Amino acid sequence: MSFAKPKVAHPAIAKNALGYTRRDYEGSISTLCAGCGHDSISAALIQACYELDLPPHQVAKISGIGCSSKTPTYFLGASHGFNSVHGRMPSVVTGANIANKDLVYIGVSGDGDTASIGFGQFSHIVRRRLNMLYMVENNGVYGLTKGQFSATADFGSASKGGVPNPYDQIDLIQMALQLGATYVARGFSGDKKQLVPLIKGALSHPGFALIDCISPCVTFNNHEGSTRSYEYVREHDVPVVTADYVPYAKTIKVDYDPGTGTQVKMHDGSVLNLHKLEEDYDPYDRKKAINYLLDCQEQGKIATGMLYVNPEVTDFHDIMKTVDEPLSSLSYDSLNPGADALESINASFR
Amino acid sequence: MSDLNRVNELVLRFANVNGSGSASANSLVGKSFFRMGLPVGPKNLFPSNIQGLPTWYEIRVSEKGYTGRRGGVDMMVAMNSQTFMQDVADVVPGGYLLYDSTKPLNVHGRRDDINYIGIPLTQIAVAKYDQARHRQLFKNVIYAGALSALLDIEFDVLCDLLGEQFKGRDKIIESNIDALQTGHDYAAKYYDCPLPLRVERRDLVGDKILIDGNSGVGLGAVYAGATVAGWYPITPSTSVIDSFTKYAEKLRVDPETGRKLFGVAQAEDELAAIGIVIGANWNGARAFTATSGPGVSLMSEFLGLAYYAEIPAVLVDVQRCGPSTGMPTRTQQSDLMACAYASHGDSRHVLLLPATPKECFDFSMLSFDLAERLQTPVILVSDLDLGMNDSISEPMTVDPDYVWDRGKIANYEMLEEGFDFYRYLDIDEDGIPYRTYPGTHPTKGAFFTRGSGHNKYGGYTENGPEYQENMERLLVKFKTAATLVPEAIIEDQGLPDAVLYFGTTQEAMPEAIDELKKQGYSVDQLRVRGFPFGEEVWQFIDRHQRVMVVEQNRDAQLRSMLMIEGDVNPAKLTSITHYDGMPVTADILVTAIAGHLSGNNSATQRLSA
Repeated sequence: MSFAKPKVAHPAIAKNALGYTRRDYEGSISTLCAGCGHDSISAALIQACYELDLPPHQVAKISGIGCSSKTPTYFLGASHGFNSVHGRMPSVVTGANIANKDLVYIGVSGDGDTASIGFGQFSHIVRRRLNMLYMVENNGVYGLTKGQFSATADFGSASKGGVPNPYDQIDLIQMALQLGATYVARGFSGDKKQLVPLIKGALSHPGFALIDCISPCVTFNNHEGSTRSYEYVREHDVPVVTADYVPYAKTIKVDYDPGTGTQVKMHDGSVLNLHKLEEDYDPYDRKKAINYLLDCQEQGKIATGMLYVNPEVTDFHDIMKTVDEPLSSLSYDSLNPGADALESINASFR
Repeated sequence: MSDLNRVNELVLRFANVNGSGSASANSLVGKSFFRMGLPVGPKNLFPSNIQGLPTWYEIRVSEKGYTGRRGGVDMMVAMNSQTFMQDVADVVPGGYLLYDSTKPLNVHGRRDDINYIGIPLTQIAVAKYDQARHRQLFKNVIYAGALSALLDIEFDVLCDLLGEQFKGRDKIIESNIDALQTGHDYAAKYYDCPLPLRVERRDLVGDKILIDGNSGVGLGAVYAGATVAGWYPITPSTSVIDSFTKYAEKLRVDPETGRKLFGVAQAEDELAAIGIVIGANWNGARAFTATSGPGVSLMSEFLGLAYYAEIPAVLVDVQRCGPSTGMPTRTQQSDLMACAYASHGDSRHVLLLPATPKECFDFSMLSFDLAERLQTPVILVSDLDLGMNDSISEPMTVDPDYVWDRGKIANYEMLEEGFDFYRYLDIDEDGIPYRTYPGTHPTKGAFFTRGSGHNKYGGYTENGPEYQENMERLLVKFKTAATLVPEAIIEDQGLPDAVLYFGTTQEAMPEAIDELKKQGYSVDQLRVRGFPFGEEVWQFIDRHQRVMVVEQNRDAQLRSMLMIEGDVNPAKLTSITHYDGMPVTADILVTAIAGHLSGNNSATQRLSA
């Protein structure tokens, strides 16, 4: 079931330029595990849309399948949403966007949905330059099927059963840069202060925007053997729990200054090394961004923030040379070539 | 030996090497018969190859109007040494074989009951042209010229067609006509032209057109107001999108800005192609895709989503030989069940089954109306034979009063006036709920589309009865669909026996029926044109003692569907199948039907047999 939240609001509650309160951007009550990073991302999306004064009904939320893909129910309840097919959100957004270029598109996906089953569609939507926010809620595991590795899990990190991951990880940020994305950012679900501006930037960007948002899984990363400071956190680790037991965990929050690193203790006791970008970092240089990411990877750091942006945007509609008016609002009269044209086509086949 | 002495009734076949430039010369000959006012049925029998493998082009000319395949060849133009022996064998007794006599004919396997017409094509071409490419290309035009003398094809007609084809390029026209003349003159000099097997101008085609089905489908999508196409290239469906794009580029561009009133996305695969279609339809555009069997397999998961979430989608399946990659350039009707029941879970889809290019056009337009009226995928099931070969057809027309049917949409005004919108509520008792387009209204009408369990109000559910209630409504909707698909075409004289078929089996059926009459057999006929089957199909089956279900696949899929959907006694449905990859011929139909009627075939054919 999805449960609606009561819409009663205090008359003095703050409103944005359109007269909407923050509550007008909320959705149904989340059914994800308490403390799930994904809920923090939903909250950040709500905050960003509210602050951007977006009319909620002018946003379309489209997702694939998985924990992350459930979240469009939990924000922007006045928007149309579409929970589609596993790994196929990009194609559905593509069709929706071709049909109506005037809506704002938020595509929500996860690491399995994007980096495994949907890796092909992910690559091609980047190439297509579709005007959208592509949000990956990246927790490195398959939650709904109880904790298998996803393709974004680090090499050597252990599964809940203790088996180390024998495969190299796919870094979606580096992929997107290779394929020509014009807005590329990495966020952390626990850092709302950083994430909300990244989302606002992405929604305002008139082309393809990727946010790879690290989002801890409170249930299935709860095991020994993480690649990140495993020895250090071992003593503080929660003992292995059975799969159907979901421990309560408080949402992880961090707040730190630009140019500094921070160690975040994860729900499973592992530590996530976040490295915030320096203030003099040049986000307009694609080559440097790629090198920077490789350096961070070598040092075991995870770079977060605005990694690359190119304001010179080409959108899919520019490539297709479509009319300004949304195709979905064209009248039949404007689309019908008429009987005379058909008769001359017939004549060409005689 | 008796020569074939026939006017305007012939089967002409060209045997060529793929990639040798024969296609344009062969289709020139094909079209010339049409221009002489004769019903014609050209078929390109081509390999899955770009260069080197054998290819055939067969032209049926028939003033009786039999434009399907007959069986046997009256005039073989044998230009491929790899297949020469087989090509000789395919000629009917008394028929003709035109060959390149530059080298002497191998006496081994020579038949005494056919006429050999040797023309030293290579020798002529080598003497006449310097470049190797010209020698090859013009060799084809030279044999076309020879045929014009032998079969009495009007030379001016050929010249006119060349003039149209190469309009504005006078030098090319001139050199082609010169090559035609060379062939014509050689044949006229050395053979007694015309042959007893020949053609003569008639006025039998009226305002009909000669067009491939895929062009009809693409044009239908233009006239239906489709604005979005997502697709992935696959033989034999590619020309559907080519046709849509070509005509949209001409007819759907803003003259002032040059901007397009349509968007075509070549996707990374068929999964993405149907995803694009579903996303666009969800968002209020008319969108479609075209594919073949392997694409249908890939699209199946999405088709289930569209069925269950009730999103319109138009899919054109131009069938080819399966299973797996099968024979990709050969025809079959073997995707019927894959389309009807595509996807996991209980799902079934509306099918439209065209048999002519005109029906391709009409059903293409109709598929968009039905998809939106019924809020479900509609699959237009064509095949390679219909899709890629030219057929003679009624011209395409649109009712001047046609208005597209966007189905049940709760728009801004309705929502403002208090329309009580719930996404999956059946307020009209036809099983069809209302939907809203994204972005319609600031506070009303938004809903969440999902393939997971949902109740009639559109909410998520895992409650059994709520889930089941919605699934039952989908069956009501399917019943509504049975009243909206095109009715079957029936010829019923109250006979005990009948044939029931669909699609391109129609091409050879009239000739088979006439031939059967000559042999003393008569049957009633029904051609299915849509699925779910209409009431008229069940009544027709009820009225007959024996129904022969004729189809071009191995497993008698249409017969199975009649059993599944109508609970028809299997003993009543006799199966006739043909599935070698070539369009079924009248000869094959006559043999099979007469066999059943005379009691020589077993009354029921076991599927495992």
